[in-house]
Parts: sequence; structure tokens; C-alpha cells
Amino acid sequence: MRTRRGIWIPHAVLLAGLALVLFPIYVAFVASSLTLRDILDAPMTLVPGPEIVANYRAALASGTVSTSGQPVAAMLLNSLVMALVIAIGKIAISLPSAYAVVFFRFPLRRVCFWGIFVTLMLPVEVRIIPTYKIAADLGLIDSYAGLTLPLVASATATLLFRQFFLTIPDELVEAAKIDGAGPWRFFIDTVIPLSRTNIAALFVILFIYGWNQYLWPLLVTDSPSMTTIVIGIRQMIANGDAQTAWHLVMATALLAMLPPVAVVLAMQRWFVVGLVETEK
Amino acid sequence: MLLLPQLAVTFVFFFWPAGQAIVQSVQGGDAFGLSTRFVALENFAVVLAEPAYLASVEVTLIFSFAVALLALAPGLLFAVMADRIVRGAAFYKTVLLLPYAVAPAIAGVLWLFLFNPSVGIIAVALRRAGVDWNYVLNGRQALLLVILAAAWKQIGYNFLFFLVGLQAIPKALLEASAIDGASTRRRFWTIVFPLLAPTSFFLLVVNIVYAFFDTFGIIHNVTQGGPAKATEILVYKVWYDGVVGLDLGSSAAQSVILMTIVIALTAIQFRFIERRVHYA
Amino acid sequence: MATLTLDAVRKSYGEREVVHGITCGVADGELVVVVGPSGCGKSTLLRMVAGLEPVTSGTVLIDGRIVNAVEPKDRDIAMVFQNYALYPHMSVYDNMAYGLKMRKMRRTEIRERVERAAGILQLRDLLARKPRQLSGGQRQRVAMGRAIVRDPKIFLFDEPLSNLDAQLRVQMRVEIKQLQQELGTTSLYVTHDQVEAMTLADRLIVMNAGAADQIGPPLALYERPATAFVAGFIGSPAMNLLHGQVFESGVAVNGAVLPADRRGEPGRAVLVGLRPEHIELAPAGPVSLRVELLERLGADTILHGRLGTDGPIMTARVPGTFQPAIGETLAFGIRPERIHLFDPESKRRLGN
Repeated sequence: MRTRRGIWIPHAVLLAGLALVLFPIYVAFVASSLTLRDILDAPMTLVPGPEIVANYRAALASGTVSTSGQPVAAMLLNSLVMALVIAIGKIAISLPSAYAVVFFRFPLRRVCFWGIFVTLMLPVEVRIIPTYKIAADLGLIDSYAGLTLPLVASATATLLFRQFFLTIPDELVEAAKIDGAGPWRFFIDTVIPLSRTNIAALFVILFIYGWNQYLWPLLVTDSPSMTTIVIGIRQMIANGDAQTAWHLVMATALLAMLPPVAVVLAMQRWFVVGLVETEK
Repeated sequence: MLLLPQLAVTFVFFFWPAGQAIVQSVQGGDAFGLSTRFVALENFAVVLAEPAYLASVEVTLIFSFAVALLALAPGLLFAVMADRIVRGAAFYKTVLLLPYAVAPAIAGVLWLFLFNPSVGIIAVALRRAGVDWNYVLNGRQALLLVILAAAWKQIGYNFLFFLVGLQAIPKALLEASAIDGASTRRRFWTIVFPLLAPTSFFLLVVNIVYAFFDTFGIIHNVTQGGPAKATEILVYKVWYDGVVGLDLGSSAAQSVILMTIVIALTAIQFRFIERRVHYA
Repeated sequence: MATLTLDAVRKSYGEREVVHGITCGVADGELVVVVGPSGCGKSTLLRMVAGLEPVTSGTVLIDGRIVNAVEPKDRDIAMVFQNYALYPHMSVYDNMAYGLKMRKMRRTEIRERVERAAGILQLRDLLARKPRQLSGGQRQRVAMGRAIVRDPKIFLFDEPLSNLDAQLRVQMRVEIKQLQQELGTTSLYVTHDQVEAMTLADRLIVMNAGAADQIGPPLALYERPATAFVAGFIGSPAMNLLHGQVFESGVAVNGAVLPADRRGEPGRAVLVGLRPEHIELAPAGPVSLRVELLERLGADTILHGRLGTDGPIMTARVPGTFQPAIGETLAFGIRPERIHLFDPESKRRLGN
């Protein structure tokens, strides 16, 4: 069944796929290494140029003065804070929740569980305006808290952990009881270490989720100093008369891609397994 | 007590706003927000009758199905190819998955750059080939552009899930049919494809939900719903009408409609997954 | 070192009573085995002693102290579980040390205890390994090690050998017996395997549908079973239990008259118990069996034969060297003192 030619075709198709996937990124990369003139002189070349260091430095330091004047570095920082807080926050909240739902019996347990479960179904985009109002009322506009808090209630994480906790054998819980470990100790000494893989996978997923957030930060931040990178980049593309500094925009785009890509690459092994498990 | 943080956040930032959205959707107010009165389903009626809304519905439908198709087909193709090779599978997987890590907004920027009427490489190539390419003015082209950007981002994700689905098919089945004399093509359509059905269905729903919501960033960055509302998908309209147009009632009503659609989609998906678990 | 006392211990789930009033005392250093088929309530009983299951009524006393309301960790007990219940992410050393850590023992003392237990159980070389790197038998030993280091008043065993293959089981039960005798710790052991029970026990509790049918040393249960259930459960192959009647000169089963001591009025219906190993070949014996099946085990042969022409099938143990043919009819006899009689309704033993 597997002839020499047979191996050839899949590789060819996959390489074509790679090309398709990488092409836009590659073009952006090249653009970020040229001067603005080279780009405006369309069509631009497909060979990288010498301006990489200069462009990236400029972007990081000063953004595009013509539009918002925010240094890209600052915006990257905002995004980073947001993504980290959301990822860590969600995990930190959902671990105890899942633990409570699985290992304890208390009145209203089912209600709580379904209440959390329901949030799965409605992404933030759907309840956007009232959430904004509440955030405003609580004084959270233009703050890191405002950026992150509303997004921290995650059912996905809780659900995933719950599924996993259900597979922990009862005997283990009983052995711990006899060993003298109370519920809290059991949680820290046994449950969390056993959840390591799940936590790693979730971290990647949530980090990317947080980093990519668009609609919510758009609403909740007004001042340029709180802008996240994915929104900031929008402002760098001028409408109207001003000339867009494409070379800087592309540099910024690549910078904006780096952290999530880095996280995915670093946690690759766990991530692929975890992603498939989560969605199921 | 363990559940408190999650429940608190969920209540404050989820149930309350959701409830508020419903409340707002049955209220009408004047443009200055000085008074509100209960108008029951009037907002809904107005919204559903509005030609702009119906146009947006049409756009959204075209958009989502196109994105789903363009993201699923290549995803499946690459998965089938990747399933055939032994060496390099991990490498292809990693690279093909990269767009998942790219924020939708950034993806939008990358494709915007490629197709920008003045400097985009592809735009220039198209013009040289005689196509009058200017998505800033041409609504259809704008829609095409955002479809491409959105699909590009999703291919990797679909690829991953399809691959997992393929690898779950017992080799024995394929071998049995080979012995029975089925050609590669027949095998694919009569065995592989049906067994992939659950995965395909799952991905279809996920892709549609993605197209409905997560693509906000792309639209906002690339076309801002234009030109002339040609790319204004439903979620974008919710934002635009509510935040820019300040018509809270209408926006809230639209939110509620979207909520219902999502709940319906998720419910269908869950119901189907339940069944899948039984016959797997 | 301690005593364990169960006083009319009962367990109900709502309306359903699953353990009916068990009363038994376990002396210091004694190994008592609770044995019975699945669902008889033996594990529930053990778990009540452990504190993992609340007692519905009755009292459990450890060393004279009522522990009904005491948490498992404060009862000074250690338990070995059927599936070992080892912490998968911890090394063997940490698994054994965990309970001691929870009790805030000093590190040096923990190390001393763990190493001593590891020595006894031959786990010294495995201390750094994780459970998934161990075989079933090794995991079992780690589970025991975890119990030993605690130096508790009572050991509790919940079918610890059920998951091991047959040969390993035989080996391990000897090791467990030796260990328990050496350490002298009072132990309560649950199993469904009657051979295991007979080998290990100083005394047995045979449980039948929630009630203790008989409590006593293994041999006593073998020689004078208190109920038909105990009679059929203890001893392998199982005792033949047949319906019969009291006759003038003994009891009659399907036409064969056996020389039993009379128990009551002629004509009274009884359940007759005959152990296969007590049915002896006797040329003029009253029991005639037509051979239908032979299980040749080497040293012995288990013979399955039909009593009379249309009677029930009985089993008899004959020497391995004896080679009957299928279809052959053989005569057997049995000594009067080896015939057990039970009341057909209450299933209780008749006579002494």
C-alpha cells in the first residue's frame, strides 16, 4: 500500500499546506525588515532586508507617533499582564471549585454546578453591554482588574478539572483519610500534583484566549496607556491621509505573535493532548 | 467556601449582565438615556424587521458557512495526508497549528497587508492580472478578505482534531476493506468519512461559533464592518449599535437573540455528543 | 497492641439493613478473618471499624475505647486496600512516609521507620521508584509497608490479595501470616476466598447476607459448621448437601440409608451434609454412585457420580491412583460421626 510514490504525495500536500500557513507570516516578517519606501514601492520583494533591528527597536520604543504614540513595548506589557492574569486566575479559581463539586456533598451542589456549566454557553460578546455597565459601576474601567476580572469566571477549566477529578479512585481518598490528611492537605499533596498535565494544557489555552481578547478590552479601556497590543495595532493602521508605517506595523504584528507562539511551542507536548481532551 | 470565588465572579459578571441584557432588551429609551420604559417585545420586533439587521444576518450566514467550509476542507485534507506519513508528523503538526496561537485581530492585519490595494503583494498581483482589486470600496471583496483571514486561522485547529479522529479509526477496519478489494478512494468515502462524522459535526459547530464570535477582532481591524456594512456580522452589529450608536435596547435585543442561537447550537452539539458516546 | 470489640454492630442504608448485629471480640495479637461471598456485608463491616462508614447502631471499641464518633485518623488504625491505593505521583518512600508526615513525626524517626519496614518487606531497592514502575506484588508490599510504619493498634485488610495472580496469592498469604505473627498486631482481614481465610485466620467470622453465621477457629468451623451455609462455604470441594429423611436406623437420602445418629422423629425432613473427602470407597456401602465425571488432580481425583438411578449428583474424593471408568457404579460408605444434619428451614445444625 505504501509505495515510494505514495509517500511523495502526502509530503507534497503537507508542504503546500505549510507554505499556505506560513506565507502571510513570512510576508509580514519580510516587511518588518525593509524600509517604508521599499514597501510603498509595490510590489515589495520577498527577500528579507537589513532593517530588522532598527524597525523593531523603533516599534518597541515609540509605536507610531502619528496615531497613538504608544510604545509597542507598553502595549505588549498590557497584553502580557492580561493573558497571564486570566490564565493563572482561571486555573486558580476553577481548581478549588472543581474540587468542591466533586469531593464534597452540600446542599445546592447541583445548582452550583449547573450554574457554572451554563456559562459555557455564552461567550462574553453576548453579554457585552451590561457587563460593561457593571464594570463601570464598580469603577473598573481602564484598570487591569477591569480587563481581567470579567473574563476569569471560566466554566471550561472547572469542567475539565471536574472530569479529571472524577477519575481519582475513592480508595485514594480513603487512604488519605486514614493517613490523617484532611481535605485541604489532600488537595495540595495529591490532587494538584496529579493534575499537572491538565494544568499545563489549560495554561496554554487560557493564555492564548487572554492574549487574543479583543472586544472586551476595546470596551473597557479608554486611555492609550492601557491598550492591549491586539487593539493597539489597529490604531497603527491609519485611515485617511496619514501614511501607515507598514514596516513598523508588521514588526508589531510579529511581536504580538511571539508570546502566544512561544507558549504553544514550549508546552507543545501537553498542549496537544489537553486541547483535544478539553473540547470533548 | 471553595466555590465562592468562582461563584462570585460568575454571578457578578455573568448572570447579572445576562439578566440585565434581557431586561434591557425589553426596554426602550430615548437617545439620551434619560428615561426607560417597558416595551416588552417591541425591541425584538423592530430589530427583526429592520432591513439592516436582516442584511447582517445574511452576511453572518454567508460568512460563517464560507469560513467553516474553507477551514474544514483543508484541515481534513492535511489530516488525511499527515495520517499517511510517519516521519515529520510532529513537525507538520506544530507548524500547521501555529495560526491557532495568532490572535484573530493580528491574523486580520496580516491578511490586510497582503491585500492592501496600494502595497499588498497579492493585491498588486491581482491588479496585474486584470482584477480590479480594492476591498476598501468593494463590499464583496471585503467579505472575501475577512473570510480568508478567518479561515486561515482555523485550519490548524481543525487539522488537529481531524487527525486525532483519523488515528482513532481502528486499522483493522481499513485492512479488512482493503482485503475486500476496496480502492483507496472507496475506503475513504465508505469507511473513514462516516467514522469521522462525529468529529466533523463537532468541528462544524465549533467553527460556526468561532465565525460568529471570535472573528470580531478580524472585522474590527480590517474592515470595521464596511464598506457600507458589507462585512457587518451580527456580533459586530451588537457592538456597533450599542457602543457607537448608543441604542441600548436594540443592542440588548440583538444580544438576546444571539444568546438564543448559541444556546441552541451548544445544545444540539451536546445532544449529539451524548449519542456519539453511546455508539463509539 | 490492642483489642477490638464489636458489639451488636448494625448498618442500614435507609430502610435496608445490610449488616445485622455483629458481636465479636478480637484479642490482642489475634488475626480474625471475615469471610463470605460478594455482597454479604464483610467490607462494610471493615469500613465501619475503620471509620470510613458510620455505624447505624451498636458500638465499636478499640482497646476498650468507644470509637464510633472518632475520625479514622484518630483511631490508631492502618488499612491495606484491595487496589493498594498508593499515591501515584509519590515515590515508594514518600508513600510510606506520608501518614507519618501528617502526624508531624520528626524526619529522622520517619526515615528510621520506613527503612525498617522496607527491610522487612524487601523493598529497600525500590524506595525511589513510583508505583507505576512496580509489579502487583511489589505494590501490595508497599501498601503493607505504609500500614506497618504507622505501628497502629489495629491492622485492617480489605481483600488485599484479590488482584494478584493465583501463584502470587499463595505466596503472599504466607508472608502476611508470618508478618502478622512477628509484629503481633491485632488484625481484621476481609476476603471472599475461603482457602485464604482458613490459612490466615486464628478465628473466622463467616458472614451470610449481613449476619454472622458462625464465629470460631477454622477447624471448629470445618468440623462442626453451625449452618448449612457455613458447611457449604468452608472446605473445598464443597460439602454435598442433600435432602433426606430421618429413618429408623439413620437417615435416608434417595433410597440410600446412612448410619447417622438419629435426630428427631422418623419421617422428619432433614438436610444431610457429607464432605467429599469423608465419603470412602466401601464394597458394601450404602451409597452407590454411577461415575459421570472425573477431575484428575494428581494426588486426588474428584469423582462426580449420580446417586442411584435418578438421584442428585454427589462429589467424592478418591485417591489419585484409583482409576474408575465413566459409567461404572461404585459403592461408598461414611462414618456416622462425619454425617452433618441441618434443619431444612432454618438451616441450623441439628445436634452438637
